[in-house]
Amino acid sequence: MVKRTPFHERLEPLNQPEIWEHWAGYLAAPRYQYSDLAEYYSTRNAVSLFDTSPLFKYKFSGPDAEAFLSRVLARDIRKCRVGQAQYTIWCNEAGYVMEDGVIMRVSADEYWLTTAEPNLRYFRKLAKGANVTIEDISTQYGVLAIQGPHSLSTLGQLSDDIAELRFFRLTQTKMAGVDVTVSRTGFTGDLGYEIWVAADDALTLFDAIWEAGKGYNMTAIGSAALSIARIEAGLLLIDVDFHNARFAWTDAQRETPYELGWGWMFKKLHSDDRDFIGRAAIEKEIATGSSRWKTVGLAVDWRDYDRLHREAGIMTPKEGVLVQDTMSIYRRSDIPWQYAGYASSFMWSSLKKQHVAIAKLPFDLCEPGTEVDLEISVIRQPQYVLSRVVELPFFNPARKTARQA
Amino acid sequence: MSKNRKYDAIVIGGGHNGLVNGGYLAKAGLDVLVLEKRPFIGGAAITEELIPGFKFTTFSYALSLIRPDIVQDLNLAEHGMMTLPMPNGFHANAEGEYILLGDDHYQNYHEIARHSIEDAEAYDDYAHMLGRVQHAMKPLMDRVPPNPYSDDPADQADMAEFNEYMEGLEPDVQEMIQRFYTGSIADILDDYFESDLVKGYMSSSSIIGTMCSPRSKESGLVYLLHVMGERDGIFGEWGFHKEGNGGFTKVLRRAFEALGGTVECDVGVEKVIEENGKAVGVQLDTGEVISADVVVSSLDPRRTFMQLVDPATMPSELIGAIEAFKFQGSASKVNFALSDLPTFPGLEGRTDIFQGFTNIGPTIEYLEEAFQDALEGRISKRPFIDGCIQSTIDPDMAPAGKHIMSCFVMYTPYHLAESNWDTERETLGDIVQNTLNDIFPGFHDIVLHREVVTPLDIERVVGITEGNIFQGELFASQMFFNRPAPGWNQYRTPLSGYYQCGSGNHPGGCVMGGPGKLAAQQILKDRG
Repeated sequence: MVKRTPFHERLEPLNQPEIWEHWAGYLAAPRYQYSDLAEYYSTRNAVSLFDTSPLFKYKFSGPDAEAFLSRVLARDIRKCRVGQAQYTIWCNEAGYVMEDGVIMRVSADEYWLTTAEPNLRYFRKLAKGANVTIEDISTQYGVLAIQGPHSLSTLGQLSDDIAELRFFRLTQTKMAGVDVTVSRTGFTGDLGYEIWVAADDALTLFDAIWEAGKGYNMTAIGSAALSIARIEAGLLLIDVDFHNARFAWTDAQRETPYELGWGWMFKKLHSDDRDFIGRAAIEKEIATGSSRWKTVGLAVDWRDYDRLHREAGIMTPKEGVLVQDTMSIYRRSDIPWQYAGYASSFMWSSLKKQHVAIAKLPFDLCEPGTEVDLEISVIRQPQYVLSRVVELPFFNPARKTARQA
Repeated sequence: MSKNRKYDAIVIGGGHNGLVNGGYLAKAGLDVLVLEKRPFIGGAAITEELIPGFKFTTFSYALSLIRPDIVQDLNLAEHGMMTLPMPNGFHANAEGEYILLGDDHYQNYHEIARHSIEDAEAYDDYAHMLGRVQHAMKPLMDRVPPNPYSDDPADQADMAEFNEYMEGLEPDVQEMIQRFYTGSIADILDDYFESDLVKGYMSSSSIIGTMCSPRSKESGLVYLLHVMGERDGIFGEWGFHKEGNGGFTKVLRRAFEALGGTVECDVGVEKVIEENGKAVGVQLDTGEVISADVVVSSLDPRRTFMQLVDPATMPSELIGAIEAFKFQGSASKVNFALSDLPTFPGLEGRTDIFQGFTNIGPTIEYLEEAFQDALEGRISKRPFIDGCIQSTIDPDMAPAGKHIMSCFVMYTPYHLAESNWDTERETLGDIVQNTLNDIFPGFHDIVLHREVVTPLDIERVVGITEGNIFQGELFASQMFFNRPAPGWNQYRTPLSGYYQCGSGNHPGGCVMGGPGKLAAQQILKDRG
């Protein structure tokens, strides 16, 4: 039977279209009202609430927890002190990315990790012999993402510990009398927080947050609004922008951290003596420059996009354009249709007033400003539209990381 | 001879392989006659209305392995082929525990997680590994196997190409193929799963119709063959043909006749007629002789080489191999007409749980015990049952509100140590019915009619030696290079113009059509 998150009882009456989708076997709302864009803007203008409970949650505890995670995770977990969180990835031995996730160090010997797909068996198999206990705590906690410029104004009413909380830091505190773990993290690229609460206390917490958010027009958002925010934030989504190497059939479907733009995680590799999974392959990739492509932002030339639709006799589609699927990119040249790479997420950014895409391109086409052709469909006809490489993220407000939020 | 009726080709036996073979030959422009001994076509793929309104799939009962190219080549959809998907599979024990798996990835995850959270995750790893093995093996199902025993340069080149293909596979895929080919399914499942119930469910395909248990080294290959089928492009998925597998063979007949083929039923073939070292026709049991350039036997290898022709005219090593070829049927059918659906405690009123295979064989241990009985020449006291209630999907299988339940049962050894099947037929029926009553309390009360089909019945009615449902055991020693005999794995026989196209040939048993299709390819190639 399809599962319900600990917040479902409160979210169910908020779901005006009464449409539910399934996320990891849980009921999840694609939207709570009829306008995805209005929902999206609550994250940029006010404060939004997103139920992220269906993610898989794992607890690593024991004296070997740090040593174990330094071997299994590609990013150096030893740099993550108690009270900090890390965006991390794990790779296979061949140096291809399996998954990404956020890990929190809640005490010296205890970490909590969220993942999109099941990983308990994967981690446990690697942990044989180590003094680390790995538990699936997915159903023990509910997690709410409270995101947007007024997220602090909302949560600050419930705990004094929030205002001090810096980007990717966490605090264990109380809200409405219940224990919560709050991290300043999120999937929107904005000021925001994620709050873990024991499943039994979930409704108490929800009610308190909802009440606190009322004065700031707090809006429950669904997956569609979140997608817009995460693409603007340049955050990659598994099964859309990359695929788990564990379930890929060929290396053409797999990608390395460098190809996905996560090379920054290895900046200090020379002074990092860890023997982590995939290290040898990643070092070889760095040394030989064997990366096949880079992940970049793409901004569509609005005049060209407009022209193509005007010449076809139709209005230019903007609001509602959201393609989380592959679209081909070609070299601009006298020879047509020279395949160069692909976009994996394409959409109209209402905030940027621009069509943007997350794209994979070969090295010679990766410099910001480089012009390429993106294939779109205009009244059933394939056309290419001039686009330029830009830096990711597309939107990165100072408040996201500001020390004093 | 001039007065005899004359065809380009005669196919002996109107089962699915005979009809597929005839279909391909007719499509190539040959004038083809299919001869069937029984009053209707279908062989072991028939649907019979034994009591008014209830359609019994007497023998085979589900479809998966039918080669997709046959469906296209013979235009089967045009002739009424309709494979109804099974939305669920149900695995249960007598303690009320169960696993219900369907089409949704995360529903399956959470369902397996009720038994083991690690197994739920392992299921994805296992499926991924299996998918890669299936993908690698599929081309081998659809080609004439090479002959490794021949010095003919063409055969040697063929063999070299095969080796190159196998060596070109990724090393872990090669390793897994080796393990499936030579090892037990229990050994493989132990690498992935911990729950006994999960392993029991996963292992059921490893024993179907074969005298082996999940711990026998033969079970890996039996498993692999059963998951090599596909439904709508999904490996390992099964479906019900509309009106049972008898409905499917009727489709094959229509397709064959539409291509200009002729079917004659109630016609037994006495022997293949040979002249100057060449097959020239058949003699019917009425004495009539029908001439043909090509004669194809869809019967099992024993009958093909030792009954339809004089074994004394065949090479002695071939006859030796055929004599050694193991049949030893071990499966039976017990089919029920039911007044209502069975009830599973806790899932009362749920029809959907019966819309696929209902698997009774909770654990590997259970299956091992059942096998032990068979080794000692007895019917399993607690048998493995693969139940299907097709009427929960196809309303034309039973009167409205009533149901037909097909039960495939193991182990029921052809050779009983201390009794015989004419005596034990109803004992088997009682064992199966009691087992079902343990799982589905009140089952006895809904039984309207029971049909018991023993291995002896399969032999007598369908004509397969010792009632083996695959026309011979699916042991590695009897597959691919050696099916049905070393050097004779390419559908030809020592007698020019005489071919074999039954399940005793590669790729083997199940309603697959592969042997029929590949034999036709070979015949047409030989005709040039």
